[in-house]
Amino acid sequence: MIARSWRRMWLRRLQALVLLPAISILLALVIGAILMILSSPLISGFDLLLPLTAYRALAIGAFGSVNGLVGSLVNATPLLLAGLAVGIGFKGGLFNIGAQGQFLVGALTATIAAIALNAASPLVAIPVSLVAGMVGGLAWGFIPGFLKAFTGAHEVVTTIMLNFVAIYLVSWVISAPLRGTGPEVTFARTDAFVAAQLPILIGRNGHLAVLIAAVMVPIAWWLLYRSTTGFEIRTVGANPDAARNAGMHPRWITILTMSICGLLAGLAGAGEVLGEVGYMPASYGTTVGFDAIAVALLGRAHPVGILFAALLFGAMQQGAGLMQSQAEIPAQMVNVLQAVILFFLAAEIIVRRVFRVRTAGTGVSDELKTVAQSYGDQASR
Amino acid sequence: MEFLYDIPVIGYLIQFVAYFITQLPTFARDVVAAATPIALGSMCGFMNERSGVVNIGIEGMMLTAAFVAWWTASLASQLVPNVPLGVMGITLPLLIGLLAAILAAMAVSAVHAWLSISVRADQIISGTIINIFAVGITGYLNLLISQQSPPSAGKFEALQLPSFLAEAPGIGWLIKALLGVGPIALTMLIMVIVLQVLLFRSRWGLRTRAVGEHPKAAETVGIDVIRLRYRNVILGGVFAGLGGAYLTIEFGSAFQGEMTAGRGFIALAALIFGRWTPLGAFGAALLFTTSTGLQRSIQFAPPEGALGDFLATLPSQFYSSLPYLITIIVLAGVVGRSLAPAAVGRPYERESKAA
Repeated sequence: MIARSWRRMWLRRLQALVLLPAISILLALVIGAILMILSSPLISGFDLLLPLTAYRALAIGAFGSVNGLVGSLVNATPLLLAGLAVGIGFKGGLFNIGAQGQFLVGALTATIAAIALNAASPLVAIPVSLVAGMVGGLAWGFIPGFLKAFTGAHEVVTTIMLNFVAIYLVSWVISAPLRGTGPEVTFARTDAFVAAQLPILIGRNGHLAVLIAAVMVPIAWWLLYRSTTGFEIRTVGANPDAARNAGMHPRWITILTMSICGLLAGLAGAGEVLGEVGYMPASYGTTVGFDAIAVALLGRAHPVGILFAALLFGAMQQGAGLMQSQAEIPAQMVNVLQAVILFFLAAEIIVRRVFRVRTAGTGVSDELKTVAQSYGDQASR
Repeated sequence: MEFLYDIPVIGYLIQFVAYFITQLPTFARDVVAAATPIALGSMCGFMNERSGVVNIGIEGMMLTAAFVAWWTASLASQLVPNVPLGVMGITLPLLIGLLAAILAAMAVSAVHAWLSISVRADQIISGTIINIFAVGITGYLNLLISQQSPPSAGKFEALQLPSFLAEAPGIGWLIKALLGVGPIALTMLIMVIVLQVLLFRSRWGLRTRAVGEHPKAAETVGIDVIRLRYRNVILGGVFAGLGGAYLTIEFGSAFQGEMTAGRGFIALAALIFGRWTPLGAFGAALLFTTSTGLQRSIQFAPPEGALGDFLATLPSQFYSSLPYLITIIVLAGVVGRSLAPAAVGRPYERESKAA
């Protein structure tokens, strides 16, 4: 009897975990199709079949070849690491908009180490550079954590501010002291990495960071759900007052949580420059830190959910190129689809009602109950 | 006065302040121009957060409005006569563009209101959705439209001030910087004052503050919390619409993908920095943009002597990051405990009639 109901509960949870995102993705594709049809007169004349061409190209681009598949994984890698950086923050009741800045600073410190060790052995240069990236990101996460804990400065504002500071910091370091001198340097960037360039393990560009990111998923899961620290992080996130009464130290946990977030986002930045780019430009145009917010939300702040969300977004980014060249649909359509997926997940009450999904509450709002609400009571820690 | 400059360290500081004051008139106009969209974004956030709804989607609302203003004005210029109506370079297409931008931002705000108030979704998620969607849809349409190179509808012009105002001794530069601006910036100035007064002196302001601080108490005295929140959030869209339109039909006359470049987020910071008041947010926006003006001034007319040499060695990136660093320091120190409206971020649930 107990076993049966236990199994049924798990089945329901699984259903809720898979069904709602699946419906949301499907609805997003429908809305994307309507938008494409409506805008088709601007492309090549009114065309009812344009969405089919576009989605076919999107799917083939992302999954149709080994290089496409590997490219999807490579795209998913920084999204996964930065997504974990945002997701763990959510669990700790912190809204880390600063993954972008932590990513950039991690990339910067990794670059500094990589350039310094360009003549060393890869066996030294690679781990040292990766660790340097993690330390840089950790520092950039520590600052807002510390400010939140000891001055009450809200992390949403401080991390946004630090994102901008990171952009200018990178711009200054790369365009002045670290500017490369090699013949390939035609704009403000460093020399190419030699020793610290991550080895390619699979396909055209499947580099080491893909593997590292994959390993981070079980580690993050263990940290959050099986370790004492994780328990404290989640408790502080759910109710800092209760955590204090239980003898925890919400201030230090806040600092620790933000530092872990920074470390992961910094690792994402390090992996990206060392594995994918191969050098560091002075103006690093990326939106990874913001896409990571969407990834963490879609993955409901759970490491496994974030893994799937990152894979989905990475595949969509990978397929967007082929979609643009074959169906003349601008790659920004991918952003639209991502936003609409999130919209339906956020409005899950409506989706449930319309599609008669009757499952246990595992919605976005249940998982992230603490996020927006922490905004108002910043002094409670 | 010169002897003051010789004091170690503090002398430099005094010299710097003196330099700043003498240079301020030359870059005040740029500072106000850059602060205008930020202040407008802050007022959008103000309308939301004072009534208890977080809005981190200001960036997306402004981006949408910027695109709609530019595109509609361009379309309208092909349909209706494109002749100036007399003042401030106002033309019919530009007015249509402005109106469309306001309506678009109100529509986006309505979605935000629905998600945060009725659906009771997480309000930060709702804002994130708006930001991602705006980047996607404006970038998508912009790419498709720019292939057909649409005509530009031009932009609003600055108000021509009478010379006794513009050349008033001592404060002429200030009057010129604040009032010698286009219609959207003028609206911003008026609304900063109007909203500030309304917030603390009107029934609407009292009710809004009550709903933002303690919705349950507000409900017991007969205020319709849900309705007021809806109204305020949707009206907040007007300001995001003005802020977006400012970028494409007053400050500039073209649209580029992601052209808001974080202004919506800075607006949010300005709002918090200004302690959730319109006047404070406007002041914060001015502070943020002053350092950019200062940087240019140092580049073109550096102060004399050792101070000038020192300032010239600082990289331009330092000045660019100054407003953000100042914000962090001030938030941590002076207004570290600047408190948000207590109910912000919490969806309101009516107690059931039976209870």
